[in-house]
Order: sequence, then structure tokens, then C-alpha cells
Amino acid sequence: MARMKFVCDSERCIECNGCVTACKNENEVPWGVNRRRVVTLNDGVPGEKSISVACMHCSDAPCMAVCPVNCFYRTDEGVVLHDKDICIGCGYCSYACPFGAPQFPSQGTFGVRGKMDKCTFCAGGPEANGSQAEFEKYGRNRLAEGKLPACAEMCSTKALLAGDGDMVADIFRNRVLKRGKGAEVWGWGTAYGSRQAGQPDPAAPAKGAKS
Amino acid sequence: MKKTLMLIAAVTLLVACGDKPQTIGGAKQDASPYSGTGKPYVDAGWKPGDKASWESHLKARGQNSQNEYTKTN
Repeated sequence: MARMKFVCDSERCIECNGCVTACKNENEVPWGVNRRRVVTLNDGVPGEKSISVACMHCSDAPCMAVCPVNCFYRTDEGVVLHDKDICIGCGYCSYACPFGAPQFPSQGTFGVRGKMDKCTFCAGGPEANGSQAEFEKYGRNRLAEGKLPACAEMCSTKALLAGDGDMVADIFRNRVLKRGKGAEVWGWGTAYGSRQAGQPDPAAPAKGAKS
Repeated sequence: MKKTLMLIAAVTLLVACGDKPQTIGGAKQDASPYSGTGKPYVDAGWKPGDKASWESHLKARGQNSQNEYTKTN
């Protein structure tokens, strides 16, 4: 098996936030913490793109490199997890992460900052699989239940893919080859007109032109 | 007398060697996901403890639930 990976297909994501909701519900994530969120670029402009972002379980994780107490570890499946009993809530991982994945609850131990919380790829943590302690600290361990992360399984358009890297890449490659890209995508013309997003409208008069 | 003094000095100097290391231990050992949870909410179709069975089950689940091209095209 390759490494577990997430891929978000920006052509399919409709910014429904179903993944965010599924994650919060499945892992009973506290208020103020979003392990996953949807980011939209060019919001409101035809051709806007949204992607669902969380911990990408990096192969060479910067959070792991900067942690002063060495609380991170990587499983054999490539999932980056951490031990909350060791975390001191310093926030270095938050500065190092390019995706803004580490979250800090404002309530609980360690004053206002709290111990770091992040996406676990629904793989729990270092406590016993399926135990109450694991659920309370890290959320549900769906991988040990033979399931994939709740966010991806809940995604209505299957924009968010999760699982073995080879399988995810295979699904995405097949998809792109069959549907095309940009205005070639089915339904683009209906949604945005036949004009490619970002291109000038040939029917509109050019700026600065005398009428 | 000299021998005794040397022995005491050696013991005193070597006491530090018995000091326990105080390095950061790192995260606790985590159990493999294929070992299962022992709970009734486990998806059927694979054998807990069998890595190959867990991997093939997860791949099949991923393809069936995420790749609609295998169903519609």
C-alpha cells in the first residue's frame, strides 16, 4: 500500500461545506476548531474555484520537523499523527504548516491556547484503537473500522478523494482524461456561458474604445 | 588504605554513570489500523489483524464509493 492521501478536485467542489460538517460531527470537534475548511478563490466571479483543505499528511512534514517535544509520528500508512499527552501547545507547528492545519482550542488545559488539534485522516491517535480515550482526544478511528475518512465519504460530488495514494491518483487521472478541463467540462457552458472564465468577452466593447 | 581510597574515589566518580537519561521520549506506540477496534461498528468484509485483507478492503471501498466512472461509464 502507498501512503494515504487527500486530493480535492476543484472542478467538482461546490463549496457545500459537507466535508467540514462531516468532520466536526464524526470527531466531535469543539467550537473554534475546524480540522477541515473550504477555501474559495475568486469568490463570486464566474469560474470561481473551491477546495477543501485540512492536514495533507505530508511525506516530509514541516510540523514534525519543528516540534520541540517530538510529539508527532507517522504511521506505516503515511498518516501524520501526534500525541496530545506530549504536546505543549507552543504553536510552532502552526507556523510551519503551509496549509494552516494545526488548530488550537481556546478552552481546556494549557490556558487560552490549548493542545494542538488537527485532522487525523480519521485514524485516531496513539491510544488503543477504538477506545474512549482515543475518541475524546483525537476523534473516531475509522481506518481501524475499515472505513475511509468521513469528509471524503460524505462528499456529495466526490470532489474530495481520500485513501491509498495510488487509488486516489488513478481515480483522478481517469476523471480528468474523460471530462477534459476548464470549458471542456460538462455543464460549464450551462453554468457560465461558452466563454472561458477570465477571458475578455468578444461581444463587449474594449475598454477605452470610442463609441 | 590507598586501595580503599581509590575504590571510594572510583565509586564516587562513577555514580553519575547510573543517572537515568532524561531525553524526550516521543509519541507513544500506536497500534496498526488493520488490527481493528474490537467494536461492533467495524465495516464487514475484512478480517481484523490481517493486513492484506484490510488493504484490499479499503481499496475496494475507495473505488466503489469514490469512482462513479466504474458504475456509469
